[in-house]
Amino acid sequence: MSYLLFQVSFVAYILAMTVYLVFFFTQKKYVRALARKLFFGAALLHTANIIARLVEAGHTPITSVHEVISFFAWSIAWCYLSFRWRYTVKNFGTFSSILVVLLMLVSALAPHAILPLSQTQHSWLFPVHASLAIIADAFLALACIGGLMYLLQERELKQKRFGFFYSRLPSLESLDKLNQHCLSIGFTLMTLGMFTGYIWARRIWGGRNWHWDPKIVWAMITWFLYAALMHQRFTMGWRGRRAAVVTIVAFMAVLLTLVFLFKGVHGHGA
Amino acid sequence: MARDTIVLLGVNHKTTPLAVREKLALAGGYEQPLAALRRLDCLDECFLLSTCNRVEVLFTCKEPDLARRQVLDTLFAGSVSREEVAGCIYQYQDREAVRHLFLVASSLDSMIVGESQILGQLKEAYRFAAEKKTSGMVLNKLLHKSFSVAKRVRTETRIGASAVSISYAAVELGKKIFGDLKGKRVLLVGAGEMAELAAEHFVGQGVAEVIVANRTFERAVKLAGCYHGRAIGLEELVEQLQHVDIIVSSTGAPDLILTRKDVAPVMRKRRYQPLFFIDIAVPRDLDPAINEIDNVYLYDIDDLNNVVEMNKSERDREAVKATRIVEEETLKFCGWLENMEVTPTIVAIRAMADQICRDELDRTLGRLGSLTEKEKKSLEKMAASICSKMLYHPIRYLKTDHPCIDQQKRVEMVRALFNLDRDGGEGP
Repeated sequence: MSYLLFQVSFVAYILAMTVYLVFFFTQKKYVRALARKLFFGAALLHTANIIARLVEAGHTPITSVHEVISFFAWSIAWCYLSFRWRYTVKNFGTFSSILVVLLMLVSALAPHAILPLSQTQHSWLFPVHASLAIIADAFLALACIGGLMYLLQERELKQKRFGFFYSRLPSLESLDKLNQHCLSIGFTLMTLGMFTGYIWARRIWGGRNWHWDPKIVWAMITWFLYAALMHQRFTMGWRGRRAAVVTIVAFMAVLLTLVFLFKGVHGHGA
Repeated sequence: MARDTIVLLGVNHKTTPLAVREKLALAGGYEQPLAALRRLDCLDECFLLSTCNRVEVLFTCKEPDLARRQVLDTLFAGSVSREEVAGCIYQYQDREAVRHLFLVASSLDSMIVGESQILGQLKEAYRFAAEKKTSGMVLNKLLHKSFSVAKRVRTETRIGASAVSISYAAVELGKKIFGDLKGKRVLLVGAGEMAELAAEHFVGQGVAEVIVANRTFERAVKLAGCYHGRAIGLEELVEQLQHVDIIVSSTGAPDLILTRKDVAPVMRKRRYQPLFFIDIAVPRDLDPAINEIDNVYLYDIDDLNNVVEMNKSERDREAVKATRIVEEETLKFCGWLENMEVTPTIVAIRAMADQICRDELDRTLGRLGSLTEKEKKSLEKMAASICSKMLYHPIRYLKTDHPCIDQQKRVEMVRALFNLDRDGGEGP
């Protein structure tokens, strides 16, 4: 049942992305309206999928690779919608939907059997820690997309060769706002996620609460990268190109952390 | 008796250098000059428009040549010599005047074709004329019509939407950098024609302030006054960079006035907020290396030309469409104007009366049936004479000079009474 919902929402995301791409090329307004509806519908279906899976498994479905990636995609979709509700950034939907579809694809390829919770995961802190971290990563992913769009547009403006992207991308200012908005929320959630992770680790490992685990190390590095960026942004007024580049680099660290996630301490059945 | 002639006298950016335009501009507002024109006996109605780029005087009168002389003397005596004024002023009459006003209103005659500011200025100027009651039936109708023509052009063509000039291109780029230009500050370096043009455009986008820096301070003050901005000296330039967002440079200086070394340290103080430099001077005012600084964008005249080229074909197409609309509306208005003359009105009343006579006779004769030719003739005669007796006074009222109601008003009234315009009569 839940997997059927997953497949349906995957198809709906693909449809939304296709329509968004059609809008990107043709710039017809009614196409965008359709794309928005499709994307919203897909996100609702995906939500139903996650709830169904929660009921089936009896715990928050963020244990297997399939579940984590799917949850990540779901978070990105809803973060995008929450952002869309407050701001308009031209063609941001196109880029976001592509990322969501890519993640859904990875998730679909991973084995989708329901895994039992391991010993350490039997704590109410686990779902809190994991979902906070993933939602934080979703905001950071959006910031990264915004950064990429910024670099594309900035290149056109600096080189004064107005190609395909010039008219299709939003203004630099709105992309910079997007960056700030997503970073502020993402960084806050990430900090909370790390904190809950720390408490959880203390509980299961007792006093020996520091593991030189690559995943934890990377998470720390990532956190420091974002912290430095936030600091520079708010005290020095860092913005624009530099902020965009750091956002993208820091998100690469996030992805690396996720890779270690599936191998390290949090590895399942370990 | 002939109707008044509509005359339009004016100077604009195409015919007149800025130095002369400055002197001709009605700096003290509309009230005084309108009152002065009102005192001229030869004018019937009048209207004035004065902006940074143009002065237009629109009036109706019986003797255009006499009126022209008196109007020019009244408005411009003292500031510019007669010969100089005569050299740059253009004069349009009737249909040409109508067309010109429509072109101005729909921004086809503007320095920046398609800009929307002129319509606001026109409406503002009209408010004065209407308040002072210097405009009458004809000019009221003409101006209202010009507003609707402008609106038609705006909605039916994309003349206002595409980048139509260098400055417009600059504004478009500014929007891609800043998103919204509202609240941004513009610094003009050099107060020449080009700077003015750019300023006009940025003001149209709602920038917060225009600051003018110029070699001759007086000129800077004047231009700044046009946009309620302020003037600064050239020495303060680098310091000002911290507070402005857009810099338009167009000085005649032979060397660079700002280099990378000047701008780079400012960025830290600005907290890296974007700076947008537009260099429309030849030779260039700004060091091309400025563009290499993060969050700083520098465009020179060639770069802007490239942007303009992208939009050129579309602009041409839209201008053709807009001109067609203006022609159409000019024709329509002239049709209305012609109707306002006495003779066509009399003809129209007679034709209407004849038509009624014939219709009624046909109906009655058809019902009576058994009448001799002679009887029919006398019935027809009777009907015709009732008609002409009924029309005698209205027609006399139209034809004869009347001491207190002017002829055009009378024509209007009679046309309305007899519903000659079918649609219930068009008000002024």
